Amino acid sequence: MPGLSIKNVTKNFGTVTAVKDVNLQFNTGEMICFLGPSGCGKTTLLRMIAGLDDPTSGAIRFEDQDLTGVPVHQRNIGMVFQSFALFPHLNVGENISYAMRIRGHSRSECEDRARQLLDMVHLPGLEDRKISQLSGGQRQRVAIARALALNPQVFLLDEPMSALDANLREVMQIELRKLQQELGITTVVVTHDQTEAMTMADQIVVMGKAQVLQTGTPMEIYKTPVDKFVAGFIGTSNLLPAKMSGPDGVHVNGVDLTVGGNTGHFSQGDDVLLMTRPEEVFVHHPSDMNVANSVTGTVTFVRDIGATIEILVDCAGHEVISVLTPKDWPDVKVGDQVHVEMPAAACSVLAV
Amino acid sequence: MQTSALSRYIGLIPSSVMIGAFFVIPFVLILLTSVSTPTDDGGYATSFDLQHFERFLTWFYIERALFSAGLCALIAVLSLLIAYPFTYFLTNFPPRTQTYWLIYILAQLSLSEVLIAFSWQILLSRTAGVANILVWIGVIEKSFAMTPSAGAVVAALVYLTVPFSVLLLFPALSRLDKSLIEASRTLGASPLRTFFTVVVPVTRPAIISGGVTVFVLTLGAIIVPQVLGKPEHWTLSVLITDQAIFNFNMPFASALAVVLLVLSATVIWLVTKFSGKKA
Amino acid sequence: MRALRSIYLALFALYLIGPILVIAAVSFNAKKFLAFPPRGFSFRWYAEVFVANDWFTALKNSLFVAFASASLSVLIALPVAYFAWRYGLRYAKALLALGVAPFILPPVIMALAFLLFFTGIGVNGLMINVIIAHAIFLLALPLVTISLGLESVDTALIEASQTMGASNAVVFRTVILPIAAPFAFAGFAFCFVLSLNEYIIALMTVGFSVETLPIKIFNALRYGYTPVIASIAVIFMVINIVIFALIARFSNLARILGAME
Repeated sequence: MPGLSIKNVTKNFGTVTAVKDVNLQFNTGEMICFLGPSGCGKTTLLRMIAGLDDPTSGAIRFEDQDLTGVPVHQRNIGMVFQSFALFPHLNVGENISYAMRIRGHSRSECEDRARQLLDMVHLPGLEDRKISQLSGGQRQRVAIARALALNPQVFLLDEPMSALDANLREVMQIELRKLQQELGITTVVVTHDQTEAMTMADQIVVMGKAQVLQTGTPMEIYKTPVDKFVAGFIGTSNLLPAKMSGPDGVHVNGVDLTVGGNTGHFSQGDDVLLMTRPEEVFVHHPSDMNVANSVTGTVTFVRDIGATIEILVDCAGHEVISVLTPKDWPDVKVGDQVHVEMPAAACSVLAV
Repeated sequence: MQTSALSRYIGLIPSSVMIGAFFVIPFVLILLTSVSTPTDDGGYATSFDLQHFERFLTWFYIERALFSAGLCALIAVLSLLIAYPFTYFLTNFPPRTQTYWLIYILAQLSLSEVLIAFSWQILLSRTAGVANILVWIGVIEKSFAMTPSAGAVVAALVYLTVPFSVLLLFPALSRLDKSLIEASRTLGASPLRTFFTVVVPVTRPAIISGGVTVFVLTLGAIIVPQVLGKPEHWTLSVLITDQAIFNFNMPFASALAVVLLVLSATVIWLVTKFSGKKA
Repeated sequence: MRALRSIYLALFALYLIGPILVIAAVSFNAKKFLAFPPRGFSFRWYAEVFVANDWFTALKNSLFVAFASASLSVLIALPVAYFAWRYGLRYAKALLALGVAPFILPPVIMALAFLLFFTGIGVNGLMINVIIAHAIFLLALPLVTISLGLESVDTALIEASQTMGASNAVVFRTVILPIAAPFAFAGFAFCFVLSLNEYIIALMTVGFSVETLPIKIFNALRYGYTPVIASIAVIFMVINIVIFALIARFSNLARILGAME
């Protein structure tokens, strides 16, 4: 079922354009991540869905309702703020039942619901605690419980993990994703952390400079980024300057390589970037002859971190990284002239 | 949107009326009265008459103005000298002790000038004053009254302003980055040297703005100079009260008030110039 | 070095607290004339404040004026500080700056201004005059404390409450008011204490018809001394301390006075 839709939304703050002509369409129950560097407009877009900011032009709809112009307190949303924004003058239970309390629900209803939600976020029995007595992780769980108290149509989270330390972040990403799937609630998360987006999202929206650069599932975006910005933002990528030599071939560092990916936009003679992902690139010992689809280069650094080995190779002034498992170890050392194999299926081309 | 914008201004109407009617109008009245002409029936009529300012420009009143400024400057310097080290130590006290001291300082700061003048009158009196303690320990033979005197005025005015000085210095000193002091100590400076080469220079804006504020504050003192000093120790504020309450000369009192206002405004302008912003 | 610090602190404390202690000692004197060290011990000068009709009336006047003017001052300050903070209205900000001004000027200027104003409109010597005058003169205190309180309300808290369905009125009642109330209380208490102790404005507005305690004391001083004044000084000091201790207990004293959180 079509759920959240954003049509031609633009937001100007004075002369600055924070969000420029964004069009997005998601299904109900999906988890969506807005991913991008700070200042790319992702938080502004989230705040417009919440109704905290009004779009300068365009429309925001949820299913069959037009939300544009509906004041924030009349939208049925739940939101988790970056700072969590828990009320310091209320205890945990009162924070969670705030939405019910201002709607005049009875004390016992509020308490029952608070208990139920605290169980859901794995914090049973904490309803009488003061906010100041909670750890960062506990605060986040309380903020999530509070936002979900009235079963909102849309669940919004603004950089929810930024106040947590690294270990806790990974745990909470998985937990939040499980919770979202359990409840089947349309959820939008704003983040600048690609791992977070890859872990949780059904759909990732990559943003940059106030615009949407690419929308797709995590794997679509990882495998076929639309440009070098997206490629650089999602995971690590090797980019080598190349020239199209045929419909599925490029000329790079004096050799011709076959490209397995889509080259449809380009024609022979175009300058392009050859992109590969480190885990799909293999390094071969100098003595190996006839390595197909490969370029040569000099090893500059080897990092062995046990589970994987990273080899940095200088190919005519451009760095190529290869991440190998120990069984593929070619037994090379710094300074060796090696063959860097880029299998055709691993190669794609991007605009310069 | 428009109706709610309007309702915001409606919410401000009562406060605007109060501030307008009871601050702006009375304030303008002072300015008008200071240039009004006395009438035969003892009242005064609106005009533009500078005779009251001309009267101020006699040596007697100019001398009073200079004396007021000099006295206030002296008090500001003494008050800050006494208060500064204490405030510095205060910010290093444990929080609970700090709170107790702040409560006491605030309580004394709020104590009526009338009561402070009275206290010092007792303290310096013949029958119940410190002179008796001196007699008791044998320094002097016979108790004597230490008022009225310039010394008494200065002692009581400093007493009146020290709590203000502490509170004016408190924000800067309590926000002072303690690692600056530690850095200076690791570089080999003694605590005293650190105090004079780090703490004092860093809090210089607060010292200047504090000093000027104490100056303006002392300009407002009315009772202490009257009760503890001789007429030659009276300040502009005392003269204004005298003209208004006992001579019923409102135009001249207003003219003196304008002079006082200009003096304070100049000094307040200096505060904002030196400290940038003041709470 | 340590010794020097201790000596300085002791002298400072003596200078600050000494006069109050002497007054306290005098107030317990048994005899009518002032003496220190005191002769005998008695509570009669405290009893006098409450028994002697004129002193008690002055005390009642002072407390009433302080309470009324502090309430009025907070009522005037509240919308100004709120609209300046919540909507950043330029007009409200200008009003705020204007409202702070009377407190910065030497009090005698405001006193004279009130005197001219009330005689000008022909309303002389009513208690309401001094109540309004104090409320305006001390307006800076609730304006500053309430603004401080409002600034401590994070905008994210307001937005959070809106996302949970709170209208502006509900946000005000359930979020802004509970957080800012202790600061408004502090503003009220500051006003109350300073009004209680204020002399010159009270003198010039109602000095000839209503006696507040500071006026009564000043008048009494002209006819010589009585230990009653000493006992009043002690009573006032106790009231001041109690009120500031209340502020410290229910609000954030260090923050109001400009220290960091």
